[in-house]
Amino acid sequence: MKTVKSQFKFAGGVHPDYNKELAREQPIERLPLPSELVISMSQHLGAPAKCLVKVGDFVRRGQIVGEKNGFISVCVRASADGKVKAVEKRLGPAGAKADAIVLDTTVKPDEGEPSAPDAPILPPLDWRSASREELLKRVEEAGICGMGGAGFPTAVKLNPPPGKRCEYLILNGAECEPYLTADYRVMLERAPRIRLGVEIMRKILGGPAVRIAVEANKPEAIAALEKAFADIDGNVEIVVLSVLYPQGSEKHQIFATVGRVVPEPPALPIDVGCVVENVGTVVAIADAVEKGEPLLERVTTVSGDAVAEPKNVLAPCGTKYSDLVAFCGGEKTAPAKVVSGGTMMGFAVSTLEIPTTKTTSGLLLLSGKKVFQYASGACINCGRCLRACPMGLNPALISKAVDANDIKAAEDAHVMSCIECGACSFGCPAYRTITQSCRRAKNSIRARIAAEKAKAAAAANK
Amino acid sequence: MTIAIVCIAGVGLVAAVVLAVADKYLSVKEDPRIGMVTAALPGANCGGCGFPGCDGYARALVAGTAPNGACAAGGDACAAAVAKILGVEAASTERRVALVKCCGTRSEAIRVGDYNGICDCNVAAMTAGGDKGCTYGCLGYGACANVCPKNAISIADGLAKVDKRLCIGCGKCVAVCPKKLIELVPASATVHVLCNNPDKGPLVRKVCGVGCMGCHLCEKNSGGKEAGHFVFQGFLAKVNYANPPEDEQIVAKCPAKCMSVDPHFESGH
Amino acid sequence: MKPKETTEHYILSSSPHTHANSSVSRIMLDVVLALLPTTFAGIWFFGMPAVWTIAVCVSTCIVAEALCRLAMKRDNTIGDLSAVVTGLLLALNLPAGIPLWMAVVGSVFAICVAKQVFGGLGMNPFNPALAARAFMLISFTGPMTTWLRPICRCCGETPDATTMATPLAAMKRLFAADITASATPHAEKALEQIPSLCDMLVGNMPGCIGEVSAIALAAGAAYLLWRKVITWHIPVAFIATVFVYSLIAGGAPAYAQVLTGGVMIGACFMATDYVTSPITAKGKLIFGFGCGLLCMLIRQFGSYPEGCSFAILIMNAVCPLINRWTQPKPFGAK
Repeated sequence: MKTVKSQFKFAGGVHPDYNKELAREQPIERLPLPSELVISMSQHLGAPAKCLVKVGDFVRRGQIVGEKNGFISVCVRASADGKVKAVEKRLGPAGAKADAIVLDTTVKPDEGEPSAPDAPILPPLDWRSASREELLKRVEEAGICGMGGAGFPTAVKLNPPPGKRCEYLILNGAECEPYLTADYRVMLERAPRIRLGVEIMRKILGGPAVRIAVEANKPEAIAALEKAFADIDGNVEIVVLSVLYPQGSEKHQIFATVGRVVPEPPALPIDVGCVVENVGTVVAIADAVEKGEPLLERVTTVSGDAVAEPKNVLAPCGTKYSDLVAFCGGEKTAPAKVVSGGTMMGFAVSTLEIPTTKTTSGLLLLSGKKVFQYASGACINCGRCLRACPMGLNPALISKAVDANDIKAAEDAHVMSCIECGACSFGCPAYRTITQSCRRAKNSIRARIAAEKAKAAAAANK
Repeated sequence: MTIAIVCIAGVGLVAAVVLAVADKYLSVKEDPRIGMVTAALPGANCGGCGFPGCDGYARALVAGTAPNGACAAGGDACAAAVAKILGVEAASTERRVALVKCCGTRSEAIRVGDYNGICDCNVAAMTAGGDKGCTYGCLGYGACANVCPKNAISIADGLAKVDKRLCIGCGKCVAVCPKKLIELVPASATVHVLCNNPDKGPLVRKVCGVGCMGCHLCEKNSGGKEAGHFVFQGFLAKVNYANPPEDEQIVAKCPAKCMSVDPHFESGH
Repeated sequence: MKPKETTEHYILSSSPHTHANSSVSRIMLDVVLALLPTTFAGIWFFGMPAVWTIAVCVSTCIVAEALCRLAMKRDNTIGDLSAVVTGLLLALNLPAGIPLWMAVVGSVFAICVAKQVFGGLGMNPFNPALAARAFMLISFTGPMTTWLRPICRCCGETPDATTMATPLAAMKRLFAADITASATPHAEKALEQIPSLCDMLVGNMPGCIGEVSAIALAAGAAYLLWRKVITWHIPVAFIATVFVYSLIAGGAPAYAQVLTGGVMIGACFMATDYVTSPITAKGKLIFGFGCGLLCMLIRQFGSYPEGCSFAILIMNAVCPLINRWTQPKPFGAK
């Protein structure tokens, strides 16, 4: 095991105000069980889970309440004991409505004892003797999806399609989003668990080389990982990345750590022999295998200048934002904007009634000093977006095309390669909504492709 | 002088011969019916049929790959004319126009956030589901108005409204609306329910002063369930446009005030 | 009846939720600050006529911008300071002794015709200040090519309105004279009219208000580079092309071609105008090369002694084409 400096630097990227000092020294704290949990069926990328319970049912902690529904999907388990108060459509952070179960956790079970908070739900496995298939099945039934933000089902990622081999397992500990310190605390406090997770994943993936990517502004995390991984055998390296947003982007991390370039969509990291997993996900895998503990809770950074006591909170999935804020001492000042996730890629939400999911890495309450309403001006062609774009696009061109409603021109300018990292809008002196324009173009293009597919399917049926 | 005239005339003659020969030998054989069908279509090139313009639809009609009657703009008369050219039966279509099923204006429906971004409903809906309290209602950022080939849709008081006289029923607005609250309805129907929220009454009332609560009064007043003028989806009344109610009195009796007689916005075009 | 609405709403907007706090007005302010050294140098050498020209151009541009936006029923944009930059740049590209009414006409042309007619900042295909300068050069050829002798403040010479030719005219004659025959009296006389290197660097030579002092212009350009308002590509490509061309073509010394006329101000402040220059680094290099080449071609073969403004304007017209040729390659694209 050795620690190396990243040899590759991608073009573009920006340096936002990181503001990590607000919560970085706060140890992970466990949130007392809230009286109400809202468990969404759509906490991951792909098809939402199929709800298995109805109003009035009593569910046990760890019980499957949502069934995996399709190939790109994961199951959803109850984060705590409770009685189902309602099954209804609830607004998620991204603005889409999905089925959700409202659990009253104050109700005692009709029979038997309440579940202990640390009782194993699945039988613990010895990863050394368990087969690859057993381990993969465990990841799947634990309901694990990528916890960095996108929420891609981990079992699918760990099972490359035939003909493709994983040569590098890359652990994403970059955490380049401003404010967020959840992954940092996990690396600092749970480095041995990360090591265990790596060993399990290495077995599942057939022994790839391991690269652990951490940004240079987290020396304590690097030291903790070095200590935990000191005596590991095989090809394992900690790669120290320069501090640059978006180092945490999958494609850019692959380039920064192993120098490989993922081709344009629909190509995936596995096409260049890489699998990237967030460090939080790796801990979840270790817990699922060794302790038999499915993914029921996660660390979320509650921060921002409008929250009284910024903290890194270990909370059950389905905790309402209002409960997280209350646990962190409430609001210091009235927030002007509430963001689920980090400030570069997170979602602004309209209410604190929204629940956390498996992918909620942060909740930020920002006062009027940090955010404001803006009016977009005309593009002055300054080229800042072009220099900032880590994907090498011409965001100015795309945003002008979208302004003119010319989605075809945006498509020709490779808008589908856009990773929506926000670097373009961040530096735009005219305050143009470039990232949103890209979203709009991508949305229209996806809608058009779906419509064409539906048309072709209808024609084929005839 | 004479030389100039002779030269020009000579060049003209040679060019004319070349053109005549080219016309004879290079001409593309085209079904003459394509031109006739194109002439019978309205020529608005709205794309509502799903083909690239009227010419594209005409080609598909002659090739037999498109059904007759897909042209909403031309309506029955057009379908009949096309049927005559192609020698097939004409399917009867009634003229249909777009209806925006929401009447939650800024003064009636609450907003839950200050939206700051591109003025387009689809992107606004991707931002926390939109700034309107009612997640089923019209956001009023004009995605429909932007795609309307006839400028028949205007935005007033945070709400899209269709000018019935200009609408050709191409359905582009129906496809683009992120809330799926625009429907093509028979132009002859006069009684409409202007709400798209299937939630229970109390929930609707929390976000909008004029939302349907599913009280079934419209159904009772129009002759009960047997009359079949209304269908219900959750707690939302919907006019059964196959059998629309004709009694306009029931509109005034709606306690939620979400019904309307011919709500089509009459602009001064 | 409307249900009760919570009074405090959160802002809903698409990510990112943080900003670098750059703004158009800040960029324009930086350009104005960068132009201050050369502005003061111009005032130092040309005295009150320079002050009046600058004041008239800047104020006319601001008023014209406000009136245009009013007439077009658009929001007022004088706050973005782009009109100030246009006015200042135009003034710095005029001879100090120009009649003030001509400066007014030029400023109105710059804002109304060259900028607002196209839709305002960001839409204009040509650099407004240069378009106005070209317009004035054609319309008022006499006054636009009458240069004041710089005031010699050290030797206590009283400012008078004596005029003289710019070194450019002499340098043009040098092109015409065969280099091998540079000993001829004709060429000798022309060489005498070229100021010393020191005078050229400081700005002690006839010329437009803002183009004479190379040191002041370089200081301004350095500030813009440090503030990351401009990149090095256009100035370096422009100046290097001029330098190499004159090395090859002969005539006046290469450094004289760079330091006289509008090359310095053109390369650092006019050609780097965002709106009318290419957006990619590669495009900027092509643009700078084209500017330098055209400028020297006009200087050698054209009927005007100076070709910098026309060179940049021609390259402005080619800019959309360059942008099309030099689209960036996406990360991961074949």
